[in-house]
Amino acid sequence: MGANGKLKVGMYWASSCGGCDISLLEIGPRILDLIKVADVVFWPCAADFKYQTVAGYPDGYIDACFYNGGVRNSEQEEIARLLRTKSKTLVAYGACAGDGGIPALANLNTIAAIYDASYHSNPSIENPDRVEPQSHLDTPYGELEIPRFYPAVLRLKDVVEVDYEIPGCPPQADRVWETIQAVVGGAVPPRNHALRVGCADKVVCDECLREKKLKKISQFTRGHLFRPERDWCLLEQGILCMGPATRSGCGALCLKADIRCEGCYGPPANAEDQGTAMIGALGTLLDATTEDRAQELVEQIADPTGTFYRFSFSSSMLKVRK
Amino acid sequence: MTSPHVKTAEGYRRISIDPVTRLEGHGKIDIFLDQEGSVAECFFQVPELRGFEKFCEGRPVEELPRITSRICGVCPEAHMMASAKACDAVYGAELPLTARMLRELQYNIFYVTDHATHFYALGGPDFVMGPASDPALRNLIGVIGKVGLEVAGQVIKCRAWGHEAAAIFGGKPVNPVNAIPGGMSKALKPEERARVEEICRFMVEFGIFTLKLLHDVVLANKEYVDLILHGPYYHETYSMGLVDAQNRVNFYDGKVRVVDPEGKELCKYSPPEYMQHIAERVEPWSYLKFPYLKAVGWKGFVAGKDSGVYRATPQSRLNAADGMNSPLAQAAYEEYFETLTGDKSGRKPVHHTLAIHWARCIELLNAAERGLELIRHPEITHPENYRVVCDKTPSEGIGIVEAPRGTLTHHYVTDEKGIVRKANLIVGTTNNHAAICMSIKQAAQGLIKKGVTVTEGILNMVEMAFRAYDPCFGCATHSLPGQMPLTVRIREWDGTVLSEASR
Amino acid sequence: MAQTATHAQSPQASPAAWEPRIIGFLCYWCSYTGADNAGTARMQYLPNVDIIKVMCSGRIDPELITIAFANGADGVMVLGCHIGDCHYISGNHKTMVRMPLMRRMLADLGIEPARFRHEWVSAAEGEKFSKLVTEMTEQVRALGPLNWPGLMRDRGVGHGMDLKAWGE
Repeated sequence: MGANGKLKVGMYWASSCGGCDISLLEIGPRILDLIKVADVVFWPCAADFKYQTVAGYPDGYIDACFYNGGVRNSEQEEIARLLRTKSKTLVAYGACAGDGGIPALANLNTIAAIYDASYHSNPSIENPDRVEPQSHLDTPYGELEIPRFYPAVLRLKDVVEVDYEIPGCPPQADRVWETIQAVVGGAVPPRNHALRVGCADKVVCDECLREKKLKKISQFTRGHLFRPERDWCLLEQGILCMGPATRSGCGALCLKADIRCEGCYGPPANAEDQGTAMIGALGTLLDATTEDRAQELVEQIADPTGTFYRFSFSSSMLKVRK
Repeated sequence: MTSPHVKTAEGYRRISIDPVTRLEGHGKIDIFLDQEGSVAECFFQVPELRGFEKFCEGRPVEELPRITSRICGVCPEAHMMASAKACDAVYGAELPLTARMLRELQYNIFYVTDHATHFYALGGPDFVMGPASDPALRNLIGVIGKVGLEVAGQVIKCRAWGHEAAAIFGGKPVNPVNAIPGGMSKALKPEERARVEEICRFMVEFGIFTLKLLHDVVLANKEYVDLILHGPYYHETYSMGLVDAQNRVNFYDGKVRVVDPEGKELCKYSPPEYMQHIAERVEPWSYLKFPYLKAVGWKGFVAGKDSGVYRATPQSRLNAADGMNSPLAQAAYEEYFETLTGDKSGRKPVHHTLAIHWARCIELLNAAERGLELIRHPEITHPENYRVVCDKTPSEGIGIVEAPRGTLTHHYVTDEKGIVRKANLIVGTTNNHAAICMSIKQAAQGLIKKGVTVTEGILNMVEMAFRAYDPCFGCATHSLPGQMPLTVRIREWDGTVLSEASR
Repeated sequence: MAQTATHAQSPQASPAAWEPRIIGFLCYWCSYTGADNAGTARMQYLPNVDIIKVMCSGRIDPELITIAFANGADGVMVLGCHIGDCHYISGNHKTMVRMPLMRRMLADLGIEPARFRHEWVSAAEGEKFSKLVTEMTEQVRALGPLNWPGLMRDRGVGHGMDLKAWGE
């Protein structure tokens, strides 16, 4: 707590898209209540504190620090460690920091393959000398350094001790506000073991208002190839909705737009691996009593790995591709 | 963060700005001073890569609007729309009028929100507070203190209502999910239409209000005008932007038009032709690539007609077009060109980098007007024509929109089942990467010279060269250390006080 | 009698001595009984499968398969009752859907198909069981160690692992 009696808060973005930083502001006018009790002391997207400033803070200076984005390079790990030292409570904010997020799909590729696409083989690239970004480069003026690209996306808790995690891509405003009130207001202990907050303990199906006719899936299809029925469960209609294997708390907002749940709130409570959770659930939902029929239906699924692990590949058991 | 063991060559001094702040994205700047204290070289490095182009391979193409929207959570709609257009092309889908209008409507509403947050919270504070002002106040809180609490209330409202509209269309306020190959996932209901029209009407008023604020606070201030016109922020480059059939600015659809530094058209291409005109090169000191104009060729980090460096910013869009598609914005466009070039037709391009902020405000008003026009169209709530079913064999498609930060190109190749084989993305800010490096170096060289003490304010003025290009972030407010007493009153549009907070 | 677990063998410790380590999930009513019968009948088969007895193949959470690989198994087999013979009527219907999905997912992750087997083995099929074990062991031996923990270490992932082991 600062000399003025206000809590110090920070927000950092690692391998993130900025959506989590935006989502923090979706609490809207409630932000004015927040600034009555808290000062921001580090937030690169919105305030002019530099890394040097943070390095100069005493340990534990930041009461609550929200870290969003996955750990994809050496700088992001370095800042994670710095912020852990300087923070009483460290919160992994959003799907990337908690489960790897969409960028963790890159764990299905190697660095070489990513570099090849980005810097060599994509159709608009003109790079005859096969130049690639270097983490260390000598110039006549001195060395230049950019962070080392890691071979896989890590979660925040893979590199430092994390106290709380808020799931979502991004977390929804009401859940964020509840969490801020709990963490910043002192209703929860400052230290914990990556306790997931800002979410409920069921799966998205529990929040979804579409009618469940309890019909088994007789065919898998894709939403742009037909007109789904408006108020009926999408999974029962054959669209691969991730509801059964996704933690609740978001309000099933995508379903309100007639789009399947993508799974952005991560694995259900008490499950770490969202993909196997979905495979487990599908085992009970298909209209199949013979092996041939089961095989036929399974083959209709376009992209199991990329669909089931869209947001959580870093939390899967296997985490990478060989 | 640069490790302490990174060496600087003898005879040089290094100043690092790390990280660059008040923008969306990551960046660091290394300025090397020679023994005289002048800037010998300046590097702007983007320290990040996530690999979207690679990991989109193997994904069903209809998922890409929602996967690529996570490239940027500030302008997810830009990627979603470019991606959806690429998907339309992959399936050879012809969208009915209602579907096209819904896309453009949702997109324009998003534009207002996005441009507003940049002007008020990111770039604006540099002007409203002053480029070298106290960093503790050089943010929205300082702006509020200086120009009044009305601003806070209006900006919060604009953002809140803009995101409410996004959720009406697409379920979630951040990362809406409703654009699909062939159109949108759902129709707009009549009761939703009424609310969205209310939001659009407010946004037009907000656009007018913003331009007035810009005039009162920035353009009426001689020092700022001097900085804009005569400060070290000027490159005569090519300009790129999407235009409609009448060569008016359009954020959602049209052809990409490029004009040379004098305003003469170099090319005007439709999405399938983009590779004939744009190529990307790689430097070893940045993860981000450098697009350039193929017809002119890469000549290095230099400006001018013979260099393939181009810019794709709000300013560039106004340069590349012949006008705006809405009346109030057209008047503002004419005033802008009259003031900065003496020719209100806009035939002569504007190259003053800091004037991008002004162009952005004009676009904000244009987006609001266009949104209001679309929401009032009788077919916007058509119950069937919000999409078509895709029934052709998928293969390849290219979709281009104007992201707030620049021309955005999505190019997909799929197999016959619509699974992505190849994805090529040229993202808004990427277009400007070379120009940004040049602008930062130019500002550093202009501001840091022998005998000048390098202060935080000077370094912020170097950062301003970057900030003019990058509008994609929202920040309603935040508070910084410093004992500025502050009372904030949120007022409804008619003046009723909704809530009050003091510290 | 079915073989019991032996110590884990690190493939790096002594490469020449590496033996494939296969985890077998066997349902009590059919496959485990079948395996038992193979033992009682003194059928000869390789000792490389560590058997985990479950009451029904439908009880096998797919996560268990990935846990086995993540912890160093070179192969995994899942055995259950034939369709129509499940002691719990429809337990193996779930398995019948889950295993093909697992097969696709594991293939997406680069795990060779021979490392994952799913078969129906009845209580009377001791011979089928013993042939299956030997066949799979030889196929996995030919592929070599999978060593997923080592792969994760190389890529710097894996909770609880020493992340500095790579790249420094």
